[in-house]
Amino acid sequence: MIQAHGLTKYYGQHPAIRDISFEARQGEILGFLGPNGAGKTTTMRILTGYMPPSQGVATVAGFDVVEDSIEVRRRVGYLPETVPLYPELSVVEYLTYMGLLRRVPQLDDRIEEVLEEVHLDERADSYIGNLSKGLRQRLGLAQALLHRPEVLILDEPTIGLDPAQIIEVRKLIQGLGRDRTILLSTHILSEAQQLCDRVVIINKGVIVAEDTPAHLQSQLAGAERIVVRVADGDSALRKRLEGVPGVMSVQDGKGSGEIEIASSPGLDVRARVARSIVEAGHDLLELRPIGVSLEEIFLQLTTDETGAEAGG
Amino acid sequence: MRNVWIIAGREFRHYFISPMAYVLAFLLFLILGGLFAINVYFGMESGQVSPDGRLVLGPMVTILIFTTPIVTMRLLAEEQSTGTIELLLTAPVRDWELVVGKWLGSFGFLLALTSVTWVYPLILHRMTDPGIDQGTLVAAYLGVALMVAAILAIGTLISAFFKSSLAAAGATLAVILLLWIIGGFASGVGGANEIARYLSFVSHFYDNFYRGVIDLKDVVYYVSLTGLSLFLASQVMESRRWR
Repeated sequence: MIQAHGLTKYYGQHPAIRDISFEARQGEILGFLGPNGAGKTTTMRILTGYMPPSQGVATVAGFDVVEDSIEVRRRVGYLPETVPLYPELSVVEYLTYMGLLRRVPQLDDRIEEVLEEVHLDERADSYIGNLSKGLRQRLGLAQALLHRPEVLILDEPTIGLDPAQIIEVRKLIQGLGRDRTILLSTHILSEAQQLCDRVVIINKGVIVAEDTPAHLQSQLAGAERIVVRVADGDSALRKRLEGVPGVMSVQDGKGSGEIEIASSPGLDVRARVARSIVEAGHDLLELRPIGVSLEEIFLQLTTDETGAEAGG
Repeated sequence: MRNVWIIAGREFRHYFISPMAYVLAFLLFLILGGLFAINVYFGMESGQVSPDGRLVLGPMVTILIFTTPIVTMRLLAEEQSTGTIELLLTAPVRDWELVVGKWLGSFGFLLALTSVTWVYPLILHRMTDPGIDQGTLVAAYLGVALMVAAILAIGTLISAFFKSSLAAAGATLAVILLLWIIGGFASGVGGANEIARYLSFVSHFYDNFYRGVIDLKDVVYYVSLTGLSLFLASQVMESRRWR
């Protein structure tokens, strides 16, 4: 549905994105994850036909974003990061304007439908200037959905919303993702983890990782790690644990009496570790595996490069 | 083309929900009404009301030259500063449709405003015998319409360059004033003077339309100025994508 190949965009001399390639399939929710200024919005603007790339090609629903820009725009619903609205218009007036420009058939009925979908039907006649941030975000979403687009591109759809609204919008997106392709950007990791089938992590204009949230976690963790808590652990115990087959490293954990053990990927050393501790005469109080959260992977991926660049 | 009408319609309505339009209309009709009343009053005092239907036309042109920058300043500048341009340009709307629609909306607004001033010649027509010269009046109003169309197109073009409405208004006023006074430098003979006279914004109006003469040369001047400005404005919008 969305195919990007080697997208590069320069603002003056500065490359905002470099060689971005990815794909989003029909019915997939693809997350675009990255810190602020990573190039998420630039990429999305290219895909919506708002601006052409400096290099590279992208197609949306089979149409080139530069050559067939108008065809692409017909098929894409776009929610920009800061939802731009006309404060002097009412909700219905605004949607009517956008609907006319997009040639939406049976516009009045469709507006009613969309407003119900985003739970804005009670504010249909309110002026946009009087709407709260959350309601405006929903109106932006209504505008993106209005013409029943095959592809939805949502730039930070939950930014500025209160927790209840965030949950609601996420639910809405999940529902929409069943029969549409959705590309959404976020800098909130749990959101990507919860909503997306696949995640593309982007930092400083380049893609640093791309996979399912679950895969990313296991793959990038590098090693499986467990934490054990013993009543009277000492350095002798640590030495002993290092000798357990499959264990790669042993170090002090965060809590008191905790020891963190890393093992080769794909190898479950829990039983051997437990036996070893008990056989050494120590009391084993707790043993639990720790997964690396997407958060850690994210930080790992996005700070590594910063460090390297600062160093170089 | 349908998009042009949709955008023009929204732009036209926008003027009537913004206070700016009412301030402008109020000032225009206050000044013109005042001038008209004074002229008619003194005409009656002296027993001879001049049957010149263009009584308010000269002042109106001057007022329009100074106020059109206010009408056009926000057309594209505001969309760019608030970001709504992003929404319009990711809808299936071509750049030229946006530009022409915006211009057409503002043109409709000023046509509506200026058409109200027909009431003065009509009053004059009833007061005088045998009435006013309607032919001259029609030619003069056609001239006003064409001139306004051109000023608005220039304003639309300049608005495309700016994010700040105020800057757009200032720049538009500067350009229009330049085109206004350029004729003043062209008193001599020679190629440069000819060009300056041709470029002069108001000479095309006062030399012909105002006198009741519709010369194709003047129509071409205003229409091509309008067309060129709108074309360039579309190019600016297009180039903005590549920046």
